[in-house]
Amino acid sequence: MSAYWRDIFYGSKSLIKGMLITGRQFFKPVVTEQYPYETPTLPPLFRGHIELIGNAESGLPNCVVCMMCQRACPSDCISLGGKKAEGGKGKVLTSYILDFTKCSLCGSCVESCKFDALRYSHEYNLVSFNKDDFIIDLMKRLEEQNRCKQ
Amino acid sequence: METSIWHALLYLVGILAFAGLNAAYLGYCERKGAARIQRRSGPTEVGYAGLLQPLADGIKLMSKQLLVPKGVDGIIFRAAPILAMVPAITSMAVIPFSGNIQARAMELSVLLLFALAALAMFAILLGGWASGNKYALISSTRAVSQTLAYEIPMLFTVITVVLISGSLNLQDIALDQQGGFWRWNIFRIENGHFLTMWISFLIFFICTIAETNRAPFDMAEAESELVAGFMTEYGSMGFGLFMMGEYLNIVVAACLTTVLFLGGWDCPLGLIPGVWWFLIKIYILIFTFIWIRWTFPRTQIYKLLNLNWKILIPFSMVNLLITAVLIKVF
Repeated sequence: MSAYWRDIFYGSKSLIKGMLITGRQFFKPVVTEQYPYETPTLPPLFRGHIELIGNAESGLPNCVVCMMCQRACPSDCISLGGKKAEGGKGKVLTSYILDFTKCSLCGSCVESCKFDALRYSHEYNLVSFNKDDFIIDLMKRLEEQNRCKQ
Repeated sequence: METSIWHALLYLVGILAFAGLNAAYLGYCERKGAARIQRRSGPTEVGYAGLLQPLADGIKLMSKQLLVPKGVDGIIFRAAPILAMVPAITSMAVIPFSGNIQARAMELSVLLLFALAALAMFAILLGGWASGNKYALISSTRAVSQTLAYEIPMLFTVITVVLISGSLNLQDIALDQQGGFWRWNIFRIENGHFLTMWISFLIFFICTIAETNRAPFDMAEAESELVAGFMTEYGSMGFGLFMMGEYLNIVVAACLTTVLFLGGWDCPLGLIPGVWWFLIKIYILIFTFIWIRWTFPRTQIYKLLNLNWKILIPFSMVNLLITAVLIKVF
């Protein structure tokens, strides 16, 4: 008999506790992010696809075409080309193509770069019906970024 | 009371509008309430803050094909959704929204309301049975055993109220509680009824949740085990009518609780009574329904019946006895 009353007492108590918890949650602010209308603040270490870093003054890529990133890439995503610099020593970058369809975001390319020429972008709006849209020309991307800066 | 044809027409239109508006917008309130409790924002896209969502849902449901699968009992299958709506709307004819807003003042309105509430169960039974689907059949048998069981303590608690008021007329019961919250049946100071009536109120409230097949007692449409229960085979407006019937039953249950226990249209402090107090009370009760639904998980069928037979029925019987003694002694 005492078990019967205990059941009723503790049952009611736990029901009230549950109601209070949801009651409190009801008045707390909404945590949903309204995706297309709101842009999230991404953490600094967010790994998007890689992008080139431009020189702060000229906007030209820091890349010296050492090919370390291409060699470091386990999935063979990166293909870059360069030519001899005019009237100077070293090489300048002419094309940098990233095949993002194969990239696993391992980050070996960024790690291997000794010239501060590569970083992760904060690009997360990536969707397409066409596979070719993910073969990204990073030179063009850098140019666009430079244009936006001006 | 005047009984011209205009009087009847006015109430017909009024009640249909009230019922339709509630059936449509309680779905919206439910979704918003659920969203807030889970800290989401609910429907926001259609109209300002999603206010046109019920309209969009209605259009979507109406534009779909009313599919009648092979092997169902055609007539009953089509009739069941209508049967889900009709008792709920009919019940509103006798509910006193305020001292002078009541379509039909019947002497036995309490009896009529409970007869109609029992009819609402038939919609589930017939819909589930006619579907020719084992999930639907299990669901409808569950609904019947649950509704039948919960009618017993519900009616016992109603008898206590009827004993106190000495009338089966909802209008009289509400009029008997006018003049401040200390005269409401739930806190009634007179004859010391407050000692037991709050328990009666709790029992009645639990029973209305079970009778309207709401979570945590929604054994009939336990979607994790029975697909959608009796609604499995229904699409388009057949499903829509079942949903509207469900929400209307909640409105009727809230109205009934308000009239029987919370003083109807009476103001808690005895000031300016009116229909707005009635509406405030029923919407607080409906909010509690939603709150409960999104707090507790579904029980099991045997625990549900255990709660009824082991706790609610003995308590309601003892309550009835004590109330009768209190009335006799004082």
